[in-house]
Amino acid sequence: MSSNAHSHPNYIKIFVILSVLTAVEIAVTFLGLPRSVLVALLVGLAVWKAALVALHFMHLKLEKRTLTLIAIVPFVLCVFLSLMLLPDIYPR
Amino acid sequence: MSDAVAVHGAVEPAETPLTPESWGKLGMWLFLAGDAMSFGGLIVAYGALRYHSKSWPVPAEVLGINLTALMTFLLIVSSVTMVLGLAALQDDDKPRFKKFMGLTILGGAIFLGLQAYEWTHLIGHTLPHYKLAFSTDLFATTFFVLTGFHGMHVTGGVIYNACVLAAVNRGRYQAKHVEIAGLYWHFVDLVWILIFTFVYLL
Repeated sequence: MSSNAHSHPNYIKIFVILSVLTAVEIAVTFLGLPRSVLVALLVGLAVWKAALVALHFMHLKLEKRTLTLIAIVPFVLCVFLSLMLLPDIYPR
Repeated sequence: MSDAVAVHGAVEPAETPLTPESWGKLGMWLFLAGDAMSFGGLIVAYGALRYHSKSWPVPAEVLGINLTALMTFLLIVSSVTMVLGLAALQDDDKPRFKKFMGLTILGGAIFLGLQAYEWTHLIGHTLPHYKLAFSTDLFATTFFVLTGFHGMHVTGGVIYNACVLAAVNRGRYQAKHVEIAGLYWHFVDLVWILIFTFVYLL
């Protein structure tokens, strides 16, 4: 161990969780669930995985809040963009 | 109170409480936020076009999931080797860093090879079979635009990572530079997680 050795997050644990979640994603597509349930489930799993990557691999969990705020902005704007498009998606 | 101010009076002007310890890291995050909005715009447009279409092929039937699941797993693995490489360099273990950074670059390159294979197969066999084609049909167009835009990012990431590995080898880059490159690489992985769900699974 060198003097400036860091204590590192448990990356392997995150890797195992990400792999399991990916397997679950593929498994649920074969369950024949109603479309709305499947969409909600898959989007939820994808956001969960994305959050794990951002928090642990991109170290957002350990960073100052400024970076988290920067990271959240595009997601808020994309939700806003989706809402703005709703009148076009549901005509009349 | 006045004592505390006096003690901290010599703080560098760049180190305000709002900024991270690295300006390079802040710069990369700002770039990624902009890049995320490019991807976000494309994904939202994809959703709107798909929802508005009278008929839309079942992606899993046309595209197949097996190969893409392998590609997804590959990108996740390459993200893990990237953080393990960073951890090794932070511990001053350069040989271990080189090994993991090499694996990260290799993972990205294999991903690109699989994507090239997938595209070739789709253009040559699958899409003509379903009478779909780039530019004449929204399913194929949105697919190629989204995966192509992401593939260009992977290409850039592989080149970026190779440059970082070379610079560390020559002693010009340290762990902080690798961490910034890692942010870009994990972002590319993160976007693929979303594309895998929206374009292939749903």
